[in-house]
Amino acid sequence: MKQKTLVMLMAMAITALASQAALAQAAKAKTGKLSGDMVKIGVMNDMAGLYADIGGPGSVEAAKLAVADFGGKIFGKPIEVVFADHQNKPDVGAAKAREWFDTQGVDMITDVPTSSVAIAIAKVANEKKRVYMNTGAATKALTNEECNPYTVHYAYDTYALANGTGKAIVQTGGKSWFFLTADYAFGHALEADTAAVVKASGGEVKGAVRHPLSASDFSSFLLQAQASKAQIIGLANAGGDTINSVKAANEFGLTKNQTLAGLLMFITDVHSLGLKTAQGMMLTDAWYWDSNDETRKFSKRFFEKMKRMPSFDQAAVYSTTLTYLKAVQAAGTDDADAVMAELKKTKINDLFAKGGYIRADGRMVHDMYLMQVKKPEESKYPWDYFQLKKVIPAEEAFQPLSLSKCSLVTKK
Amino acid sequence: MSGQRLSYLVLLALALALPFFVYPVLVMKVLCFALFACAFNLLLGYTGLLSFGHATFFGTAGYVAGHALKVWGLPTELGLLVGTGAALALGWLIGSLAIRRQGIYFAMITLALAQMMYFFFLQASFTGGEDGLQGVPRGTLLGVIDLADDLHLYYFVLAVFVFGFWLIYRTIHSPFGQILKAIRENEARAISLGYDVARYKLLVFVLSAGLAGLAGATKMLVFKFATLSDAHWHLSGEVVLMTLLGGMGTVFGPVVGSSVIVTLQNELADKVGSLVTVIMGSIFIVCVLLFRRGIVGEIAALYKRALGERA
Repeated sequence: MKQKTLVMLMAMAITALASQAALAQAAKAKTGKLSGDMVKIGVMNDMAGLYADIGGPGSVEAAKLAVADFGGKIFGKPIEVVFADHQNKPDVGAAKAREWFDTQGVDMITDVPTSSVAIAIAKVANEKKRVYMNTGAATKALTNEECNPYTVHYAYDTYALANGTGKAIVQTGGKSWFFLTADYAFGHALEADTAAVVKASGGEVKGAVRHPLSASDFSSFLLQAQASKAQIIGLANAGGDTINSVKAANEFGLTKNQTLAGLLMFITDVHSLGLKTAQGMMLTDAWYWDSNDETRKFSKRFFEKMKRMPSFDQAAVYSTTLTYLKAVQAAGTDDADAVMAELKKTKINDLFAKGGYIRADGRMVHDMYLMQVKKPEESKYPWDYFQLKKVIPAEEAFQPLSLSKCSLVTKK
Repeated sequence: MSGQRLSYLVLLALALALPFFVYPVLVMKVLCFALFACAFNLLLGYTGLLSFGHATFFGTAGYVAGHALKVWGLPTELGLLVGTGAALALGWLIGSLAIRRQGIYFAMITLALAQMMYFFFLQASFTGGEDGLQGVPRGTLLGVIDLADDLHLYYFVLAVFVFGFWLIYRTIHSPFGQILKAIRENEARAISLGYDVARYKLLVFVLSAGLAGLAGATKMLVFKFATLSDAHWHLSGEVVLMTLLGGMGTVFGPVVGSSVIVTLQNELADKVGSLVTVIMGSIFIVCVLLFRRGIVGEIAALYKRALGERA
C-alpha cells in the first residue's frame, strides 16, 4: 500500500515536472525578441502610375490578408502593415526606406516594382541590415551584380521570363522566331537572353527589328516581322510598347498566321487589352489566380476587397508576408540575420509556391507557368484569361546558380 | 539691412539645428532640390528664360559625379566638382544653341536637347540604363570626415547649399543681376542700351546649369545613386512647379516651394497612397488660380501693402 502511494506520488511528481518542462518550452516558443515590441511590414510600390494595377493598393490588401491568416499577432505582439507610394522615383523610395528603417522600425519591405527603385532599396536594406523581399521588379541584377545577404527576389525576373517563354514555346512547337525589340539596354538584354535559349533548345532566330522606346507607329516593324514568316514574334519590350505592338499586330492581321509571345507581360496587360486583341498570345506567368482551389479561394477573398483578381505580384506579396512571419516565429526573433538564415533553409509551401526555396544569391526558386491567352469564346467568367500550356519546373525556370554573378556565390 | 542679416542668421541657426528634430535624409533632399530650384529661379525669375530641360543638368552632374566616384575612385569633393563641371559644359553647349530663340521656342529647344540627353543616358552603358548607377560610395571629406554618417553629410550638404545660395544672392544683387532683370523686363531696350544680351543670357544659363549640376551631384551623394528619373522631363516640370509655388523671382521662393513639394511627396507617400499626384496637381491649380505670386511672393506683397498703409 505504502509502496503504491510512493509510486503514485513519484508518477505525479514526474508528470508535474514533465508538464512544467513542456510548459516552459511552449512559453519559450511563444515569446520572442522583437524590435520595437512588434513586427512591421512595409509594402512599397507604385500606387497610381504605370505599375499600380500589378501591385498598388492590392498589394497592401494582400499583405493584410497574410497577416490575418497568420493570426494577426506574433508572440502575442501586434503585426502592422504600412505602405508607401514610391511614385517610381528611386530617391522617394530610398528616402522612405531609410526613414522606415531608421525611425519607424519597419522590419521587412516587400513588393517594390521598377528596377531602379528596387536596386536602390536593396542597397539601403543591406546598409541597415533589414530583410527585403522584392516581388515587383523584373531586373535580374537583384540576384546578380547587386545581390546582398538581406535581399530576396521572390516572384520572377527577366531571366525566368526569357528562359521560360523561349524554351517552353520551342518545346511546344514554336521553332522559328523573330524579335520586336525596344531599342535600349533592357530590350536588348531580353532579346539576347531569349534568343540564346531559343537556339539552345533547337529553335531558329530569323531576325530582329529594333523600335525606339515609346514608339507611336509599329507598322513598318510589324511588316518586317510578318515578312520574316517566323512562327513566333517575340515582343522584347514592356508596358505601353507591348500594348501598342499587340494592338498593331492585330490590326495588321499578323496574329492569323503567327503567334505573339510577350516577354514581359502581366495579366493586367491582358485585362486592359481585352481578350479579342490579346487572344493566342503566349507569356510566362509566376502564378495564376485560377490554378487550383487554394488560389481560387484566396482570389475570391481578394476580389471581395479589391473588385479585381490578384496579379502574381500581389499573390507574391501575400506569400512574402506569410513566409517572413513564419520565419520570425521559427527564429524567435525579428533580427534580420537570424530571419534570413531561417528563410534560406525553409521550404516555402503556400498558395503561391509549392516547394519553393531561397537560394544563396537570394533568388526564390519555384515553378513558372507558360500561359496562352484564351479566345473570347473560351472565357467562361470574368478574369478567365489564361490556358495553362506548360508548367516550367523550378529547376529549369531560373538562372542556374553557377551562372550567377552574385558575390555571395562567386566569392567562395 | 541689419534686420535682414539677423533673419539670415536665425535661419542658418535653424538649419544647423534641424537634423536633431527632423529626419536628416529628408532635409538633405529638400536642400538639394532647393538649390536646384534656386538655380532655376535665377534663370526664370530673374532673367525671364523658361528652360524646360533643366533636369538634364541635374541628372548629368549626378551621373558624371557618380561615375567619377564609383569607377574612377576620385575623392568625394573632386567627384562633385567633375560632375558640376560636366553640367557647366553641357550648359554652355545647350545654352549657346537655345538662347538664339525666345519664349516658347527657347523652352522647346531646351526640352528637345534635354530629351536627347535622357535617351543618351538610357542607352549608355555607364549609366546602367533603367537600373541606374547604384551603390556610389559617399567617401570622406578631405580624407578626414566620414560622410557615411548622415549627420556629417548633412552639414556638408548644408555648406554646399549655403555656398550655392550665397552665389545666387550675390549674382542677383550685383550689377550683372541688374542687367539680367533689365533683360527680363524689356530685352529690346537692354539691347538698345548697348548690352550684349546674348552673352549675358548665355552666362546666366551656364551659371544656372552649373548650380543645378552641383545640386544634382550632391543629391547623388546623399542617396548614393543616380537614375533616369533625375534626367527625366518630369523633374524639369517639377522644378518649374517648385519655383512657381514658392514664388518666382523671390530669393526664398524656390526654397519654400521645394520644401513643400518634397515634404509632400515624402510625407503623403505612406498616407494617401494613390492620391499623391492628384494632390500635387490640385496644389498647382490652386496656386495658379489664387496666388500667382507664389507663397513667398504673396507674403512679400502683403507685407509691402501693410507697410504702405502704415506710412
